[in-house]
Amino acid sequence: MKNRFLQIFTLFFTFMMTIPALAWADDAAQAAATIDTGDTSWVLIATALVMLMTLPGLALFYGGLARKKNVLSTIMYSFFAMVLISLQWSLWGYSLSFGPDINHLIGSLDWFGLKNVGFDPNPDYAATIPHQAFMIFQMMFAIITPALISGAFAERMRFPAFVAFLLLWATFVYDPMAHWIWGVDGWLRNLGALDFAGGTVVHILSGVSGLVACLVLGKRKGYGSEPMIPHNLPYVILGAALLWFGWFGFNAGSALGANGLAASAFVVTHLATAAAALSWVAAEWLHHGKPTTLGAASGAVAGLVAITPASGFVEPMSAILIGLIGGVVCYFMVSVVKSKFHYDDALDAFGIHGIGGTWGAIATGLFATKAVNPAGGDGLFYGNPEQLVNQLIAVAVTWGVAIVGTYVILKVINVFSKLRATDEEQDIGLDFTQHGEDAYTDLVSGSTLTTFATVPAVKATASVVKPAL
Amino acid sequence: MTKIECVLRPAKLENVKEALNEYGVHGMTVTQVIGCGLQKGRTEVYRGTEYSINLLPKIKVEMVIPDKKVSEVIKIISDAARTGEIGDGKIFTYKIDNAIRIRTGETGDEAI
Repeated sequence: MKNRFLQIFTLFFTFMMTIPALAWADDAAQAAATIDTGDTSWVLIATALVMLMTLPGLALFYGGLARKKNVLSTIMYSFFAMVLISLQWSLWGYSLSFGPDINHLIGSLDWFGLKNVGFDPNPDYAATIPHQAFMIFQMMFAIITPALISGAFAERMRFPAFVAFLLLWATFVYDPMAHWIWGVDGWLRNLGALDFAGGTVVHILSGVSGLVACLVLGKRKGYGSEPMIPHNLPYVILGAALLWFGWFGFNAGSALGANGLAASAFVVTHLATAAAALSWVAAEWLHHGKPTTLGAASGAVAGLVAITPASGFVEPMSAILIGLIGGVVCYFMVSVVKSKFHYDDALDAFGIHGIGGTWGAIATGLFATKAVNPAGGDGLFYGNPEQLVNQLIAVAVTWGVAIVGTYVILKVINVFSKLRATDEEQDIGLDFTQHGEDAYTDLVSGSTLTTFATVPAVKATASVVKPAL
Repeated sequence: MTKIECVLRPAKLENVKEALNEYGVHGMTVTQVIGCGLQKGRTEVYRGTEYSINLLPKIKVEMVIPDKKVSEVIKIISDAARTGEIGDGKIFTYKIDNAIRIRTGETGDEAI
């Protein structure tokens, strides 16, 4: 009897307890089903990792490859990509890329100034993390892409022209392309082209744009006659290592969740990178007789680029193959093809990102398997040749957009502002002529002007210091 | 024997080196130097403070040659290094007592 009473009481108590819970269930179900703390923290960490790729990763990688007189100007290209694209992205870039679709071609401006981009997840893109987390993760991709191009025209593009190029290129080339591939209802996405972390949008687009830019700007003064060798290889290695480190955020973060797919992307990214560094160094060793540190660093970056589009779709052993081939292909482009065609891709933005990205996009069509990612597709080697065709279409479209977009933008800018530093400015170096600074002021003699400017004689010298070095 | 010492624009080093090589002068010592002359310095800005940097980077090239080649070498260097603007640099010549090749002990013109 007592027992029965207890049962009834327990039932009743439980029922009473559930009433408020039922009343809240609507809210709670939404919040619980949507924001996942693990996913959110991983994506935020990954965002910071991708940020690190541009600054200081890419900045040091390119800065070390430049000559001593151009190291600051080269770093400044990456720094200003961070500064300007962060703002561009939050104002209109994100909306154009990911905003509500217009005719499968571009996002609308409904999300201008991050309007409607709040804490609630956007299930179209990432159902378990705040929409703002997705937005800022994508921002880091938009930043590094134009920064990558700067390797092609380094040591000769004037800074004002670069600023204009950065904003126009991001708005008219990157944002539409990102929408086509990643935006809901973008036409390449609908077609079924696979690009896990940005092989087409980031690497092919930036690499091919770099090729166009270096052709439009022309060769650096003295290219082919003066030695143009990296001024600080330890910087280059440091930069490459930071790129490798940050790339885990780039690829594994693109899973947009803390899950098995992220782990798989992490693993294949690492394996392909090691394999490409190995194959580049081996190719160089056989070809030139010495295994170089610059070769190891370049090979690693080539591997990272190659695995990027495939990172969410392939198995570890496929990744090693993708890396091995990627390293050799990029080495061949940079050391043989470039010198044959005499284009001055100063720091090999095209040779590594354009070519490595193209190989990666094709490799995705070969090695992708639904065993890794059911949301992906099977590639040629898994019985689906159609995937390869889709990949080739995406590659061709990206090349086309990069060529036409970059060419038009540069020609337009050239009407208003000279693109290319004069021969004299290049002799002195862009660090001083563009930015008024010197990277390595080891032995300085001179005087402060502003602080002690009351002395007229000193001021007089200040007005005649236009250098004619 | 004469020692020729010249201070040049860094951008002209390759020109000068090639011209000398063509003529047959293969040995030289090159130093990165800073200095001032007629050319004014330049202004650099660090955190809003302007500095007048009045010593500019230059390249110093030194070589020792037989006396009979001096006038020709001076002409070659001048032609290769000239832009016509202030800051092209200077050439100095010195008489040299002797030169000794350490490996063989040769002296004089044979040693250079």
